Order: sequence, then C-alpha cells, then structure tokens
Amino acid sequence: MLEVQGLRKAFGAIQAVDGVSFSAPDGAITGLLGPNGAGKTTTLRMLYTLMRPDAGSIRIDGVDAQVDPLQARRRMGVLPDAKGLYKRLTARENIEYFGRLQGLGEATLRERCEQLIQALDLGEIADRKTEGFSQGQRVKTAIARALIHAPQNILLDEPTNGLDVMATRAMRRFLLGLREAGHCVLFSSHIMQEVAALCDRIVVIAHGRVVAQGTPDELRAQTGMDNLEDVFVQVIGSEEGLS
Amino acid sequence: MNAWFTVFRKEAMENLRDRRTVMNSLVFGPLFGPLLFVLLIGFMINKASERAEKPLDLPVAGAEHAPNLIAHLRQNGVVIKDAPADPEKAVRDQDEELVLRIPAGYGERWRDGLPAPVELLYDDSRQFTAAAVQRATRLIESYGAIHAALRLTVRGIDPQIAQPVTVIERDQSSAQSRAGMLLAFLPYMLILGAFLGGMYLAIDTTAGERERQSLEALLINPIPRAQVLAGKLAATTAFSLAAVAISVFGLMVFLRVIPLGPLGLTLKLDFASACLAVLVVAPLALLSASVQTMVAAFSKSFREAQTWLSMLMIVPALPSLFMAINPTKPVDWMYATPLLSQHFIISQIVRGEVVLPWQYAASIGCTLLAGLVLAWITVRIYHQERLAISG
Repeated sequence: MLEVQGLRKAFGAIQAVDGVSFSAPDGAITGLLGPNGAGKTTTLRMLYTLMRPDAGSIRIDGVDAQVDPLQARRRMGVLPDAKGLYKRLTARENIEYFGRLQGLGEATLRERCEQLIQALDLGEIADRKTEGFSQGQRVKTAIARALIHAPQNILLDEPTNGLDVMATRAMRRFLLGLREAGHCVLFSSHIMQEVAALCDRIVVIAHGRVVAQGTPDELRAQTGMDNLEDVFVQVIGSEEGLS
Repeated sequence: MNAWFTVFRKEAMENLRDRRTVMNSLVFGPLFGPLLFVLLIGFMINKASERAEKPLDLPVAGAEHAPNLIAHLRQNGVVIKDAPADPEKAVRDQDEELVLRIPAGYGERWRDGLPAPVELLYDDSRQFTAAAVQRATRLIESYGAIHAALRLTVRGIDPQIAQPVTVIERDQSSAQSRAGMLLAFLPYMLILGAFLGGMYLAIDTTAGERERQSLEALLINPIPRAQVLAGKLAATTAFSLAAVAISVFGLMVFLRVIPLGPLGLTLKLDFASACLAVLVVAPLALLSASVQTMVAAFSKSFREAQTWLSMLMIVPALPSLFMAINPTKPVDWMYATPLLSQHFIISQIVRGEVVLPWQYAASIGCTLLAGLVLAWITVRIYHQERLAISG
C-alpha cells in the first residue's frame, strides 16, 4: 500500500512535481500515466527515497519514507528508469548481489532466486554473463533482482520500454500474477493502451499535477466519454507526449 | 554478512573478471616500471664495467714530440693509436672519443723547465666520455707529478715541500647506500603505483556504474549509502595495495633473477625491506582511492573521469620531482605529510638507513587520517541526489 500526499519537487526554477497525491492499494495494479516530462519518474524517485521531496509525505505500508527510508525501501521492489546490469556477472549473480544487499540468508536467497528464474522464464540464460543480453532479457533480470526480497510493493518505471510484443505480453502476465498474489503494483507509462489494458486504477499526471484518477469506469463517467483514449487526451489537455 | 563487504566482494570479483583491468592494474602497470628499471641498470652497469676494464684507446697527434710520456702511458695500459688527420672534426663527428695532441714546442718547453702543454680534445656533451677523459688526465698528471718530484730532488729539495696540503678522501657511503642511489626512483614508482593501481576501479565503481545505469538500482537497496561507498572504496584500495605489493616484490625478484654483473651484487632489496616499503605506502592506497573516487564522482562519464584522473597523476609525482631538483634533508614535519613522508621513508629504507618508530608512526598515522577524512568527504558527496541519477 502506497500513499502519497502533496508531493512537490523543484529543480532550480522548474517545478517538476507540483502537489501530487494518490494512493495505490494492495492487490491492484495502479498505472501512473502521463506524457514524457510530466513528472512520473521524479514522483517515483521520491517514492523509492532516491530523492527528497521539497514538501509532502510518503507512506509505504504505513512507514513514513522520509523518517525511515531504509525500512521503507525494504518494503519496495523497484525497477527504475535506469535498468543497467553488471555485464561481467551472470544473471544469477546480478540477482543474488541485490538479494545479499537486502540482507537475505544464503538458503532463502537461493530459493527465491530459483523461483524468480522460473517465474520470469530465465532458466536458459541464468548462468550466462549478461553482456549481450537482449533488451527483454535485461529487463527480466532487472525485475528479478528488484523482487528478490519478495517485497509487498512493486514500483516499475516504464517497464515495457523497448520491449517487443512477446516480451510486453509476458510482462503483462507477470504483473497480473503479482496482483493475484495480493501485491501492490505501481507502474508508470506514457502508453495509453498499456495502462488501459492492465490497470485497476489510473492516475493521470500532467505538468507535475494529478489531473484525474480513479478506475477506468470512474474516469469515463467523470468525462462523459466512452473511449479511454479520448478521456486521457481530454484530461491532459493535449495529445503531446503520449502514444 | 555486512553490506559493505558484499559490495566489496562484488566489485573485486567483477573487476578481476575483466582482463583489461587485471592486465593494466595488476600486471603491466606494477611490473613494467621495475622490469624496465632493472634492465636499464643492468645495461648501464655492464657498459660501465666494460669501459673500466677495457684498455684505453688513445689517438695521439704528435707522439714523436714526447716519447717518454707516450712510454709512460703505454706502461699504464693505454693503447696508443695514430691520430686522425683532423682531430677536432673526428671528435665532433663522434669518430673518436678523445684525442691527445702534443704540440711541436713540447720538448723545448720541457727542457727549459716551463710547463709543457698537451691538449686533450673531447666532447663533454657525449655520454660516458667523462670516465675516459678522467683516466687520461690522471695518467698524464701522474707522469707530471713523478717528474716534478725528480726535478726537486735533483736540486736537493724535498719534493714534499711542494705539497703543502694533502687531500685524503674518506667516503662515508656504504655499499648499500651507493646501491640505494640507484634505487632512488623507488619512492616515486611506489607512490605513483598506489595511484595507478586503483585508478580503474575508482572510475568503474562510480562514474562507470552510473554511466552503465546500474547505480540507481544499487542505491535503492535498504543499506546506508556510506556502506555502499565503503565497499567500493575498499575494493579500490585493495587493488591499489595489490599493485604496490606486486611492484615491490616484482622488483625484488627482478633484482635477483636478472644478471647485473659484479656491481649488481650490492643492489638487493631484501624481503623485510620490501615488506616495510609496502607497509609505508599502504595508507596511501586509501588516500588515493578516496581522492580518485571523489574526483570520479563529479565526472559525468567514464571518459571524463579518466581525463581528470590522468591530470591528477601529477600530484603523486610532485614530491619526488621536487626532491630531484632541490634535494633537502627531511625535517620532522615532513614525516607527518602524506606523499612526502613516504618519499623519505622509502628512500631511507633502500639506503639502509634507520627509520625511527615515530617516523613510521607519523607517516602511517597522518596519511591514514588524511585518507579517512577524504573518504568521509567522498561519502558525504555521494549523499547528493544528482550523483545517483544517470540521465
């Protein structure tokens, strides 16, 4: 469960995030939709405590992320915008490294690692060095290392960026599986179809503000439009930066 | 397991898998200097002893004017040759090292009891000429001295009267300190080695990791950033330390294995001295790791970091350069100064001089302290938000 209240962040004169409030419940997929440059990545970076907000509060399962960032981070698995791997390590070593940094014991670590390798279909490449992995293989490995500590809350920044159709479909199935298991899933995207197809709740961000939020049905009712695409275009105010 | 150790182990393993890093940081970098040095010294020693043992070839112009002098030279192992037609040109063109010219008026002035001139033509800008010139000069002067004594004796005067002062040379250098002169480059090599050995890791673990877009994910893990950085600094320090140790022990082995001729026997670095040298440079490894990590932190990319760190390389060279231009006797405070203290202590070790315990303590303690302060500053810098972000 993620709760964000009145989040603000400025870089110099640019107000990147300007009073963002929303919540993402357990057992649901929440989509953060907005054009490029709307403030999605900055919002997520504040959520996973890489950046300090200028104002506002963040609660992860009730833990105040600004008071106890380490505890908050333990409750989150994050696939950030930057998805680089260590290319001289194998996929398994990449995953295990993060597991150790999460403080997992060796037995738990091996067990979780094996589970994730199965779930993400990484079996064939698990013991290969990640140099030369395809984009899809890299993202899967990055997801496995983000989820090694079985976090309740899962944050993904543009997880399908650069993936082909098959990899995107596999990613969707995986996210749905996480929802079934009762996790809180929050992901950002600038792709309308993806958000429409996957999300239980949608938070639309533009110019650093939340311009609309709710279930797809609620959004249709608010705007009086049937087509979600039209809904998005109307609440954002333009088609710029979406796809 | 401690988080910093996890980071350390991963950084060390990852870089040990990279052949280029291993070759540069742990093989070529640390061993090239000592090997080149030993080969050069060997070459110089052999050349010098070859020259010392070889009979002196001396072209003489006008030998007929001074047959007794020529006979004296022959008796002392000089091979007299005919002089070339134009002695000045022959010396300038490096066809001859030196030429002795005896002018026609030599005999006349000798008989009149006036100083009889002989000319020695040589080119002082040529290497290795000084030894031959010195040898020839000494022989000619000794001939002069014998005849001066004879002339005085003939006149009933004790020759000692013409020698009011006698210089007795008493060289206080030991065989080891003379050998130490040849090892004067060692402090510079080790200090530079400490900087070079960790350079690649300092960049790779910071600017490199950010450029490869994995730093952000790493920093999201629930461990204090200070621990992440401690692990990275430890890995850089370990590589730097390994490079120094490989350098010192490499030199020790090269000095034993490569034949250095008779003079080379005194040129030895024993195991205890080698260990002490590594111990003295060890805190410098932490210092250099911190400085380099700090500089790399401000760089946007691997390449930029490389440029800055290459410029930083002038710093470890400064004390040794300064001492080469202006040799100074160490003053107490210098033993508490990083870089300078290592320079003096290693010089003293190789010269076989006693290094006092407080000198070791001051050097190691102060350098370690400086290293820790710099490490702390580096950790503070890494708490800045922008340092985590790749794009």
